[in-house]
This record gives sequence, structure tokens and C-alpha cells, in this order.
Amino acid sequence: MSRAITTITPARGRNIELLLTALALGVVVVAYANVTVAQDGEIPPDLLGHAGVLGLIALGVHLVLRWRASFADPIILPIVTLLNGIGLVMIHRLDLAAGNDFTSGLASRQILWTGLGVAIALLVLVTLRDHRTLRGLTYTSGLLALIFIAMPLTPLGHTVYGARIWIKLGSFTFQPAEVAKILLAIFFAGYLVQTRDMLALAGRKFMGISFPRARDLGPLLIACVAAALVLVLENDFGTTLLLFGLFVAMLYVATERISWIVLGLAFAAIGAVVAYQFASHIQTRILCWTDTFSQEGADQCGQLATGIMGMAAGGISGTGLGRGRPWMTPLPESDFIFTSLAEELGLIGVFAIIMLYALLIERGLRSAIGLRDGFGKLLATGLTFVLAIQIFVVIGGVTRVIPLTGLTLPFVAYGGSSLLTNWTLIAILLRISDHARRPEPEFDPASMDAPTQVVKTR
Amino acid sequence: MNQPIRRLSMLVTLMFAAILASSTWIQVLGAQDINNADGNRRTQLENYARERGQILLSGQPIATSEPSSDDLQWQRVYTHPELYSHVTGYYSFTYGPGGGVEGAADGLLSGRDDKLFYDRITGTIAGRTPKGASLELTVRPKVQQAAEQALGDQRGAVVALDPRTGAILAMVSHPDYDPTGLVSHDPNVEKETWERLNSDPARPLVNRAIGGNLYPPGSVFKIVTAAAALEDGEWDPDSMLPGPANLDLPQTDVGLPNHGGQPCGPNDEVSLEIAVQNSCNTAFGWLGMELGGKKIRNQASKFGFGDDLQVPMDVAPSSVPTKLSPPQEAQVGIGQYDVRVTPLQVAMVSAAVANDGDVMRPYMIGSVLGSDLSTIEETKPEKLSEAMDAETSDQLTDMMELVVTNGTGTPAAVPGVSVAGKTGTAEHAPDAAPHAWFTGFAPADNPEVAVAVVVEDGGRAGSEAYGGSVAGPISSAVMKAALE
Repeated sequence: MSRAITTITPARGRNIELLLTALALGVVVVAYANVTVAQDGEIPPDLLGHAGVLGLIALGVHLVLRWRASFADPIILPIVTLLNGIGLVMIHRLDLAAGNDFTSGLASRQILWTGLGVAIALLVLVTLRDHRTLRGLTYTSGLLALIFIAMPLTPLGHTVYGARIWIKLGSFTFQPAEVAKILLAIFFAGYLVQTRDMLALAGRKFMGISFPRARDLGPLLIACVAAALVLVLENDFGTTLLLFGLFVAMLYVATERISWIVLGLAFAAIGAVVAYQFASHIQTRILCWTDTFSQEGADQCGQLATGIMGMAAGGISGTGLGRGRPWMTPLPESDFIFTSLAEELGLIGVFAIIMLYALLIERGLRSAIGLRDGFGKLLATGLTFVLAIQIFVVIGGVTRVIPLTGLTLPFVAYGGSSLLTNWTLIAILLRISDHARRPEPEFDPASMDAPTQVVKTR
Repeated sequence: MNQPIRRLSMLVTLMFAAILASSTWIQVLGAQDINNADGNRRTQLENYARERGQILLSGQPIATSEPSSDDLQWQRVYTHPELYSHVTGYYSFTYGPGGGVEGAADGLLSGRDDKLFYDRITGTIAGRTPKGASLELTVRPKVQQAAEQALGDQRGAVVALDPRTGAILAMVSHPDYDPTGLVSHDPNVEKETWERLNSDPARPLVNRAIGGNLYPPGSVFKIVTAAAALEDGEWDPDSMLPGPANLDLPQTDVGLPNHGGQPCGPNDEVSLEIAVQNSCNTAFGWLGMELGGKKIRNQASKFGFGDDLQVPMDVAPSSVPTKLSPPQEAQVGIGQYDVRVTPLQVAMVSAAVANDGDVMRPYMIGSVLGSDLSTIEETKPEKLSEAMDAETSDQLTDMMELVVTNGTGTPAAVPGVSVAGKTGTAEHAPDAAPHAWFTGFAPADNPEVAVAVVVEDGGRAGSEAYGGSVAGPISSAVMKAALE
């Protein structure tokens, strides 16, 4: 009978997750040993200690997932563990090349940030029992996002490499726009799920495309234009691109109308042309993109050129961890960690890393499809897509698919703000995926026999 | 909302495909170009990270790589830096490889050449650290030293060939330089040396034996004119040519005078044989007009003029001008008017006469040795062209022997050996002393060495210089060393 079918519980996948996470840790530990063997000719004495710390962090997430989100997607945690670990190994390797040992270099700080990021992620998983709670924070999130984006323009702001995207409190620096991407995703999801029908159906047609009414579009436009203006003032075009892409993608998913893409691209084109006219910063980026190896390019784009030379030196199989010269590229552990990895791991390593990211994106979008509530669908799509854009903009930037913008490779690149934000993002995604994969509450046939409520129509 | 999410995932797929493609382009398809791009420090460091091959003469290294404790893991060392400077060249970190075999055979020495593919594969399997190939040169230390010593502090060049194979036995260009400063790992020393050598008006970095501004050959070119005449069939060594004190040049009011203002023979006539022996300008000027520019140029190209040669260094092609008027043809007949040669080309002319008319392709790399010093490749002598038939070469040999026994070239004689040769005294600028030339080969009946010597601006003798007196003794010393 049908009874038998409903009692089958879907595989939760927690054991698979444990196995894959252990595998990911194994890869990281071997890579770490590899680096020190290549540099000093011996296995690092503190190998087990460092592996243990990473293992505890990963195990912590795993146990909390068993406890609080037992249906969460089992592939996400191993992927993120592996990416975070590979990043740590490369940062440690660059520390050694710069003459720093583990404690004095950046790697120990990255581990600290990883620990903090995971702690926040666990907090989110424990306290946020249902992602739909976030829908109540729609406007709060929107407002907070704007505040975060504008923060560097206050006296707290701090300029690094021409971009005023940091805030500084004592010795603590933070990139608030990183957090804004999660907040904006929540805002868009909440706002769009309310107004999607209005946006999609009401409005007038112009040249065969139907445009929404201003009062439906208003809050969105205000949020976007404000964000864009502020980011232009901060010279942060990577984040502008990121948030704009997020906005257009979520509008499209919510309304299912191609006209949004057309409109979005038109806005983007106008914005790009205006920005190119007024910002020498952008003109340089375009020059470096088209003419990386020209004489003029060489003076201004040495970083991009040396990064590409590093990748080329790696070839198909790479120089081997610890045997390349990634330090010759400026910022090899943050903006250019991808070329550092490409040099030493080769095209094979690059494909592996990109495929890990692709798998991660695929799991996120699959959760969005599996969900039954519109808010969750939109939120999952938004969070996943913002990751996808960021990966594309970073890797596309250093491999000359698009002009270079200063964004960090999620989980891999050195940087606290990025790690904290992305681990939080993953926590929300895990929560959503738990919801998406969780079976419907058991159907109780008895409820069918309850008396039908009488609706009075007067 | 599932439909747009699926479409969005297609977009993500496209984005990821784009970065996979761009990475593949950079790391595989375009990698070679990027690695070879100017100023790619990684490639430079990579080249320094592997042991560069040695340059050897009869098994003795003249350039080696020794382990170094700094960033660049190998220090290039030249055992006789100045003697072989134009042979070895330099391998500078800042300025790249250049100047000689280092530059011209960089692919082999660094181990990147395709010829070493098999060696690389076996090396990888055997777990050997990658190493460049070593090169065994044909240069013979004794001949090189004799040339170096005989040329002394005079500017000029000496080339010695084995006429039977084309193997280069000596190549000296003065002034030379010490490449040691250029391979210093101290960038300041490198820079200082580089700037000093490049700003030196004597241009010590130019290998005068195969390049530079090229020289006017003067009378050594008469071998080419004589060969053209003999090959033409209308003349033989006994043919009588006009040899007045001054040859009337048509279309001009000047004549072509003999050196010393004397006629070359009684009745203003001279045989071709005696014209060669005494280097008679008027007879060869007349011959130039009779033969015409085209025939002389054809003969010259059979000797290798105009060819792009690599020995492995690039050799500047020697040239005979085109579109000549009769007076210019007369001047070309005696090796003047824009005829430009390298000493190597002049040595090839003598070598062709010595080798029954066959010109052998000149070369300096005798064999390529793998990282374990096993022979990977041995150069096989190769015929470049046939300059003349054997009879012509016999006749020319006899005439050139007369030059050394009775003619202008007596200072080039080698005791106990029959030497064939030709002198040249090439005027090249109104106020400057002439360049002194000698070229020849020995033993005349069974040639083992062909030589060309040029001494710029008359060398120590200055305006008193003659090819025979200044360049002849140098040739003699070189031949003696080669025949020992």
C-alpha cells in the first residue's frame, strides 16, 4: 500500500559528508606537508597539530549539522573545507617564501579568521531554525546594507590601493561591502517575493517590452542607485558589478521576464560608459585588459602580466607546490591567489578548483529549485549567484576574460571580511538546503476527516 | 520560478566555461609565447635554475656553470674569457644570452631545444635534474691562440677553416672583451660592464669576423674575379691582359692607376697568372669591365656571397653591388666600390679554391652532447655550393702559390710548406690608412687549413701598410699552428 512508500526516509547524507570532509582534510594535510618538504626537505613537525585544528573546525560544523540541520546538502561542507584548506596552504607557502614562519605570517591569521567565520556560521545554524524568519528582516536588511556600503565614506574609512572600501577600528580592518552582499540578497528576496506579481504584470508596454510601474520599482531603484553611487565614490567597481549582477538576476528570477535583463544590461552599459569617461582608474583597467603586454601596459599592469606569466610557467601540470615563484606577482595571497595556485598546481589544479566552485554553485541552485517557498527560492538563488559572479569576476579578471577588479576568491584568498561573510553565506545556504531536502511533514489521513469549516458569506 | 533558475544556471555554466577556456589558453595554448615574452623574469630564473651546458674545445671547457649560493643558482664561468669572447659570447641575466654560441645556441645550452626532447624524457624518467646540452666546438685552442697572439693589439679579425669540411678552426676579432662582468650576479657590475662595452668607440662587442660594418675586400677579391674569368672559358692563366700604368675608365675623366704608377708588364701587357701574382689593378679593372658586373656577381654568389649563414652565429651576408656602370665594374673587379665582405666569406673563397672548387658550409658546433656527455648529434660536413670546377681551382691554386713564392704575399710563407694566398690592401676612406688583407690556404697540394686575415687601418704599420707585410705574417703564424 501507499503506507510503505511514505515511511521511507530520504538519505540525509551526513555519513557521506563526514567521509568527504575527511577526504578534503586529507588532501589539505598532504598539500601542507608537500609545501614544507619542497621548501625544507622535511615533514613539518607541527603537521598533526595544524591538521588537528582544521579537523576540529570541520568536525564542529559537521556535528552541528547533524544536530540542527540533518538534511542539509552533504556536499557543501567538504567543498568549502577543501577550498579554505587549499587557500591556507598557499598562504602558508607564500609566508615561507617571504621568510615568515607559521606564527609570524598571514596563515595563522587566516586560520583565526576561519575559526571566527565558522563560529559565526555555527551561530547562524543554531539560532536560525528556519530561513523564512529572515523575510521579516527585509527592510532592516536593505537599510543595513546601505549603511554598510556607505561606511567607508565616514571618518572610519580607510583607503588601500586607491579603493576606499575598508573601515578601520584600531588595528582591525574590515570590508563592509562584503557583508552587504548577504544583506542585499535578503532584501531583494523579501521585497521581490511581495511585489513580483506587480512587477511582472502591472505596467505599460513600450516597444514590445512591458515596464513596471514606478511605485513598484521605486524602492529597488533607490537601493540600487544609492549603492552604485556610493561604490563609485569608493572606487570599488568589483563590488558594484557584483551587487548589480545580483540585482538583475534576482529580478529576473522573481518576474521571469527577459525585459529585466535587457533593462539591466542597458543600465550597465550606460554606467560603464559614464564611469570610463570620468574615472582614470577604469581607463587603466581597460588598457590593462586589452594591452596587458604592451609597453604602456607593462608600466601600469605589471601585476596582471606577472600573474599571467606565473600561470604560463605552471603549464598543464604546474611547478609543484613550493616549487614555483608565485611571490613574483604582487598580492599573491589575496587578489592574485588564483594565479599563485595556477602556477604551482597547473591547469589540472585550476580545473579542479573551478569544478569545486561549479559543484558548490550547482548545489546552491539545486536547493533553490527544491524549495517550496518563493522567498527561500529567491534567497538561495541570490546567495548562490553572488558567489558565482564573484568567482567569475576574480578568475575572469586575472585571466583576462574581463577587466581586472579587486575582488577576492571566496574561501581561498587571504582576507578576514571575505572569510566571515562567505562562511555566513554558506551557513544560510546549508540551512536552506536542509529545508529543501527535508521531507514534507508526515501526512495524517485523519485530518482529512475533520469537519470542513463553514465559510459564511453573509 | 524554477524555469528562470535553470536558465540562470545555464548562464553560470557559460561563465565557468569562459574561465576554464581562458585558463587553458594561458597555461597551455598560449603558454609558450608568454614564457618567451621579453622581460619574463620567471623564464629567466627558470633558465638559471637548471645547469646550463658547457662549451668545450677538445673536451676542455671554455664556458661552464658552477653552483652559486645566491638567487641565481648557477654562475657562468669562462676559463679564457678574452681569448674566446667572440666565440662564447655571454649569458647575462639582465641582457640575455648573446655575443656568440651562448646566444646563437641558447636553446641547446639551456636544454629547451626540440633536439633534446628524447634526452629530456629519459632524464625525467631516470630522475636526473634537467641540464642543458654541452657543445663541443671545432675551434682548436692552438690555432686560436696563434691568431690571437699574431693579431696582437691591432684591430681586425682572423678566421681559419678546414677547407675540406668547413669546420671553423679559429675565429678571432679584435678588440675583444671580458664577458665575466656581463655574467656577474651583481646587477650593478652587469650594468656598468654593459654600458662601458656598448659605449666603447672601438666596439669590442662586434664580432668583426662575421659581422659589423663589413670590410671592402680590396685585392683579395681578385680571386673571385679571376675565378669568374677562368670559368667564363675565354681566358686561361697564360692569357695576356692589358696592364697599363693607368687604365682609362670610360664615361669619366679619371683613370684607374696601378699601385706605384708602373705598368704590370712589358708593352703594357700582362698574363693573368702574373696579374694575380703581383696584384695588378689595371689588368683586373679591365677584366671587370670585360666580364661585367653580372658574371662577377654570379661567381661571388657561388662562393657564398649573399647567403644567410649560421655558424651558429648569424653571419652578415657579403655583397657585390648591382646595376654597375663600366667604371664601377672596373672597380668591382679589384674589390672596391661597395663590395663588402666578412673575413669568414673571404676564408670561404680560399677554402673553395683549396677544396677543388667545392664550398663547404662553415660551422663551429662539432657535436651536441647530452647531459651525460653522450653524443646527441654530430655535425656532418655539408656542401654549400660548387664555386668552380676542379681545373679552375687547380689553375687558381698555382697562381696563388706564385703570390706567396714570388709575389706580394711572400711574408705569408710557412717554412717547409707550400702556401697559396692572395694579399689585399683595401682603401676605405680618403684619410685613413688602408685595411690590410691576406687570405690563403696550405699545404697548397693537400690543403688542411684556409685562412683570412684583416687588419684595420693598416694596424701598427699605419699608412705604410700592405696586405702582404701586415696580414701575411699573421696568416703564416695561424697556418703554422694549424699544420703542427
